[in-house]
Amino acid sequence: MDFWPWLSLAGLGAFHGANPAMGWLFAVALGLHRQSARTVWLSLLPIALGHAAAIATVLAVMAAFEAVMDLRSLQLVAAAFILAFAGYLAIYGHRHRVRVGMRAGMAGLAAWSFLMATSHGAGLMLVPAVLSLCLADQAGVAGTTDSLSVSLTAIAVHTGAMLTVIAAIALAVFTWVGLAGLRSAWINFDRLWIAALGATGIILLVW
Amino acid sequence: MATWRPDPSFYPSPRMAAKAPKETLAYVAAFDPDRQRPDAIAVVDVDPASPNYSEIVGQVDMPNVGDELHHFGWNACSSCLCPNAPHPHVERRYLVVPGLRSSRLHIIDTKPDPRKPEIVRVIEPEEVAERANYSRLHTIHCGPEGIYVNALADRDGKAPGGIFLLDHDSFDVLGQWEMDRGPQKLAYDFWWHLGHDTMITSEWGTPDTFENGLVPEVLLGSNYGRRLHFWDLHTRKHLQEIDFGEEHQLVFELRPAHDPTKAYGFVGCVISLKDLSASIWTWYREGNQWAVKKVIEIPAEPADPDLLPPLLKGFQAVPPLVTDIDLSMDDRFLYVSCWGTGDMIQYDVSDPLAPKETGRVRIGGIVARATHPKASNGALNGGPQMVEISRDGKRVYFTNSLYGAIDPQFYPEGLDGWMVKLDVGDNGGISFDENFFVDWPKGHRPHQVRLEGGDCSSDSYCYP
Repeated sequence: MDFWPWLSLAGLGAFHGANPAMGWLFAVALGLHRQSARTVWLSLLPIALGHAAAIATVLAVMAAFEAVMDLRSLQLVAAAFILAFAGYLAIYGHRHRVRVGMRAGMAGLAAWSFLMATSHGAGLMLVPAVLSLCLADQAGVAGTTDSLSVSLTAIAVHTGAMLTVIAAIALAVFTWVGLAGLRSAWINFDRLWIAALGATGIILLVW
Repeated sequence: MATWRPDPSFYPSPRMAAKAPKETLAYVAAFDPDRQRPDAIAVVDVDPASPNYSEIVGQVDMPNVGDELHHFGWNACSSCLCPNAPHPHVERRYLVVPGLRSSRLHIIDTKPDPRKPEIVRVIEPEEVAERANYSRLHTIHCGPEGIYVNALADRDGKAPGGIFLLDHDSFDVLGQWEMDRGPQKLAYDFWWHLGHDTMITSEWGTPDTFENGLVPEVLLGSNYGRRLHFWDLHTRKHLQEIDFGEEHQLVFELRPAHDPTKAYGFVGCVISLKDLSASIWTWYREGNQWAVKKVIEIPAEPADPDLLPPLLKGFQAVPPLVTDIDLSMDDRFLYVSCWGTGDMIQYDVSDPLAPKETGRVRIGGIVARATHPKASNGALNGGPQMVEISRDGKRVYFTNSLYGAIDPQFYPEGLDGWMVKLDVGDNGGISFDENFFVDWPKGHRPHQVRLEGGDCSSDSYCYP
């Protein structure tokens, strides 16, 4: 069984988690507002759940398409969509209503995380890895697994890596580092994400 | 253009912003009350080490006449670092400058040469009316959903006034902000508590009651604004109205605490119909509601009617006319402009419900005509008005004009513009910087001041 798709799912989880816009910073801010380390920890869970739900939505849509078209067509459709989405973000950036503020509760955080991950195209980046796993599955290489369990495992691996990274960063920032570093260390993740989405589209095209 | 790292003028918290480098330039709105020549944004050198200290070193003229530049703000500020709506790689670069009378918006680029700002886009009043249904543009704040602009009237010059949004990259008018305005009709100022998801708005009046000067009947009938409105910042719904009562007129400038965990702020009320006093009120959280309390009352000063303008002769007193206030970054000192008496008063508001006066200077004033060490003419007119504080709280700048049509009602012989600076002691106390006095060029009057890199009324913060 190929190891690389799993590694890339976990690596993307770490990449998503490192982005301050994906939640660790929100958890830290809520902890600072409520002067409670517990709030930081508790906030990470709905953030991870919202992220997982966003990933799951993309994979579910992909599975639906997989049922009605062959693999190559699916790759091309996904590639076209992802490249168009990356182009849109490159030109227009992220514009959306702000619906959740600093009084957010757990449900609000989960909804916020779902919307952030969806609007930034987090799930789209996982398409090549999950497709290759399903392909391996269909070819019988993985033996007894089916598409659903492969997808669920993929979500778990990705979200587990993401949760580990947001927990580590949130703990470090809340407990030791403080927020002053944001002023210089917060590099432009939007650009990195657009590049990553572009790379995802190209991988699907040249597969 | 987006950048790789956050704009260096963005700070996560007000504590960090208070350690920002000193400003070297101030941008000042200047308007022609006769509406004969274009209004301008002037650039004033505020670097004491510069040979041009206390001089106007640059100016950008508006493309039209009669805009009445008033308040203005930045396209982006520290709120871009907020975790729920992060946009940290936008530059603080453009001044968004509305015409209060013309309803025209000017976007001015300060980056290529901060001393020679350039107009890069003009949004005509028709576009604002078409997309947001508003006119008479007043205050600008950069915030979580882009640039917020408030307007004192709808497109026809009637109530309700309100808020609309501009995109902080393209400057396109995005539309009206309110989803449910409840009983709110009048508008004047707005700001928010980012930590409490709350927007607050205050009230002046409709354009027919101020564009030709204050109307005594409207004032004495208590028909100018006297209410605060509290809104949910994100659902954009009106939550609560607080009426200051018939006695109080003109509830103006809103200064919420900079620390986002604190749920209180200060608002000035220009005049009491009972005794012409001015007052400062604190709003604060009480249970699940907002409440207000009058925490400062500044009395009118008895005066010889011969020295008073026609509007005030019958009262034989000078009203303080608190027209602007500003709160230091550490939420410790509140500065209160008394445009009528000529006082600038500093209060320690560490206990927001029990302020203590810690400093006072006098300059200009309807009767006092107090002078400044560097003024060549011994008797100054106008009084302390738009006030701005440096981020470190050590320097305070202010100008002396209120509004073109209202200036002559209180200063009928004309108003000569000036801008001055105060130095602040470590534990309070204020005194004039004797080397800083801008004798404003005739033909223009100075209004709001914005400091390079941000100041105490430009930025809001999401982290304590």
